[in-house]
Amino acid sequence: MNLTLKVWRQKNSSDKGGFVNYNIADISEDMSFLEMLDVLNEELSEKGEDPVHFDHDCREGICGMCSLHINGKPHGPQQTTTCQLHMRSFKDGDTITIEPWRAAAFPVVKDLVVDRGAFDRIIQAGGYVSVNTGGVPDANEIPIPKKIADEAFDAATCIGCGACVAACKNASAMLFTSAKISQLAMLPQGKVERKERAEKMIAQMDEEGFGACTNTGACSIECPKGISLTNIARMNREYFSAIVSSENV
Amino acid sequence: MILDSKIPAGSLAEKWTKHKFNMKLVNPANKRKYDVIVVGTGLAGASAAASLAELGYNVKAFCFQDSPRRAHSIAAQGGINAAKNYQNDGDSVYRLFYDTIKGGDYRSREANVHRLAEVSVNIIDQCVAQGVPFAREYGGLLANRSFGGAQVSRTFYARGQTGQQLLLGAYSALSRQVANGKVKLYPRTEMMDVVTIDGKARGIVTRNLITGAIESHSAHAVLLCTGGYGNVFFLSTNAMGSNVTAAWRAHKKGAYFANPCYTQIHPTCIPVSGDHQSKLTLMSESLRNDGRVWVPKTKELAEKLRKREIMPKDIKDEDRDYYLERRYPSFGNLVPRDVASRNAKYVCDEGRGVNETGEAVFLDFRDAIIRDGEDTISAKYGNLFDMYQQITGENPYKTPMKIYPAVHYTMGGLWVDYHLMTTVPGLYALGEANFSDHGANRLGASALMQGLADGYFVIPYTIGDYLAGMPYEKVGTDHEAFKQSEKEIKDKIKKLLSINGKKTIDDFHKRLGKIMWEYCGMARTAEGLQKAIGMIQDLKKEFWADVKVLGTEDELNLSLEKAHRVADFIELGELMVRDALHRNESCGGHFREEYQTEEGEALRDDENFAYVGAWKHMGDDVEEELNKEPLVFENVKLTQRSYK
Repeated sequence: MNLTLKVWRQKNSSDKGGFVNYNIADISEDMSFLEMLDVLNEELSEKGEDPVHFDHDCREGICGMCSLHINGKPHGPQQTTTCQLHMRSFKDGDTITIEPWRAAAFPVVKDLVVDRGAFDRIIQAGGYVSVNTGGVPDANEIPIPKKIADEAFDAATCIGCGACVAACKNASAMLFTSAKISQLAMLPQGKVERKERAEKMIAQMDEEGFGACTNTGACSIECPKGISLTNIARMNREYFSAIVSSENV
Repeated sequence: MILDSKIPAGSLAEKWTKHKFNMKLVNPANKRKYDVIVVGTGLAGASAAASLAELGYNVKAFCFQDSPRRAHSIAAQGGINAAKNYQNDGDSVYRLFYDTIKGGDYRSREANVHRLAEVSVNIIDQCVAQGVPFAREYGGLLANRSFGGAQVSRTFYARGQTGQQLLLGAYSALSRQVANGKVKLYPRTEMMDVVTIDGKARGIVTRNLITGAIESHSAHAVLLCTGGYGNVFFLSTNAMGSNVTAAWRAHKKGAYFANPCYTQIHPTCIPVSGDHQSKLTLMSESLRNDGRVWVPKTKELAEKLRKREIMPKDIKDEDRDYYLERRYPSFGNLVPRDVASRNAKYVCDEGRGVNETGEAVFLDFRDAIIRDGEDTISAKYGNLFDMYQQITGENPYKTPMKIYPAVHYTMGGLWVDYHLMTTVPGLYALGEANFSDHGANRLGASALMQGLADGYFVIPYTIGDYLAGMPYEKVGTDHEAFKQSEKEIKDKIKKLLSINGKKTIDDFHKRLGKIMWEYCGMARTAEGLQKAIGMIQDLKKEFWADVKVLGTEDELNLSLEKAHRVADFIELGELMVRDALHRNESCGGHFREEYQTEEGEALRDDENFAYVGAWKHMGDDVEEELNKEPLVFENVKLTQRSYK
């Protein structure tokens, strides 16, 4: 198939940036979206033009490194990561608009690459169980009902790609933050620090400049891993119960 | 140089315990006087960085990705082995040790492998304490499955995303230490060189991938946890960014490279669909527990399949060749990876491949779905089936999957002693980056085990033994050795940018990959390997004369990043081929066609090749020198592996 790509090009974080159109021919429907961009970049390189920079690594839908706003949707038309999106989702003659994640807390580094360091800092604020290596109990001394383990697992599958932020009109990071708070609040291992965790992670989230949640649910619909909105409800509950009973204040 | 593996004396089961006592300790108050650099933040790197910081060392952790959580350990699917014997099915530390030695075709060290089996049980405890949501039974206890060639159920798993959950556990421990101020993180930073002073590793030089700045970092010890080099084949299941550069630059600074030819070709990957292919996707080996592998009995039927004149379901049972079940009645579809891969190649070479390219076999769930129902199969493998459908557009509940082997893991790597130290004092290699535990073939669910064993439970002990003998004084990054290394890197970058040739970097990478796959892949011959050496040498010359690297040095420049990596892959490729050529035997993932049994199985030569081949860099474009570390087997009797 032959396509027109309307790609956001921006030299660096201080550059204003703008769209550039590229025509690309003979794209097979078996290609992944990123392989299609590889073809574009190979053509640009041969012409001596700077290739389009985009983040990607595992190309298996699990590392969370690929991003891209495709035709107005994070990770494009399917509920999957961009690397798992295949060209059979498009048709000959299509114009495809490709933009970086748009959120003040995710500044553009170059072209389609953004800085998602804010997510790391939210985890650093409390997204862990404070145990050192060694000296822990035998794994089977902590029985966990299967239902709880499965629910915690569902929250834990977040890949930290940032699609939830990109999908949200407020650029809120509630779904990301709540997935981790939820996972650890449900498990017995995480219960000890649950109050402090909720307070600290939410404070960090606010400090990073993410917006508030207005419950539109766009984040969950666009999430490639289907992280549920229930996590946000659970996080709110964790937060309220933490602030009314907090020993830190 | 005599390679001293520093394997402690004593009985196998007591070596590690006794050695932990015999090693020197660093006083808790003095640990803060030592700086440790950790390169790479996968399972080995993240677990090491977190554990060392918890002990009190000052850690700097580096990764080329935008976050430590992206490291490719995250993509491991199937599980992690541990000798817990929770299933009461006869597992033990000794059995895990024995299976790993045998699975590695008797080309690994007994002492290392036994230690690995010993600490495997601690890993599961650690991960559960961190909140890793492993699969559980209804009673609330942990679930296990049997995996990849094991006859006991010792594999712990988190659906098909075990690597993700383990890495996020290690990443959370690392993040906690970042918050505590004990680890400083350097994402989007690539190691360019190891700096040695008075023969000891004293730091690294890096490139900031955003600004292009070349920076020096000094420390008392350097840990390379930088993964494997499967991307030398261009197409592999590795992440796009996985590379050998850190390990290779260390090699050039004196670290020996061991058994580079030991490559694992994983039997269950989605076949190549065309020239545009950028990577290969693994379908977890756990699928072989329920899927049956087959091809048509005749070439004619395969031909019809390829032309899409018939569908797989049209082929009657008596016309199907379930070749693994036929050749290996006791292990059947669960034979080790190297055996399964080679057999897939054989049937496809016979013209019985089932897709357009002729390079695919079926993995069929029809019988499992009839036996257990679609719901049960979906609960076990749902995410894998979805992924398959997403990539191929075919529904594996209705029609068999098509699979073909692909490069997946590299058992070879930097030579390390029992302490995980390379031949450069103070320079360590952990996880897939070292060579030590898997011999010539790695068993399924053992990579995660080794990465975490090295990081959580080995290096925290062994590094103390080295640092206890080191002065506290720091070396300044204004030291001549750092300046010299910075200059060399800047010169190399200038050179790459100035060639301004005609061919793209990917063009070279793809051509290298084709040479490696054809001559140094699943089956190798002396003749082919000889030919490959010349081809790679020519490719190297052409690269340095005609490569086109775009952009400038002081910006985010994917083209420049890749140029470094491909230049190093080309050099490594030649060493792999030389290693494969010198090893006149077949063992595990290294299969030389000249050395096989009458039944087509790998034929080892224990008399002449029961050693680790460790190569020493002798200078650019000079043949490397082979050093041998003899493998001594005191506990295990060497036998011909048989999975009949």
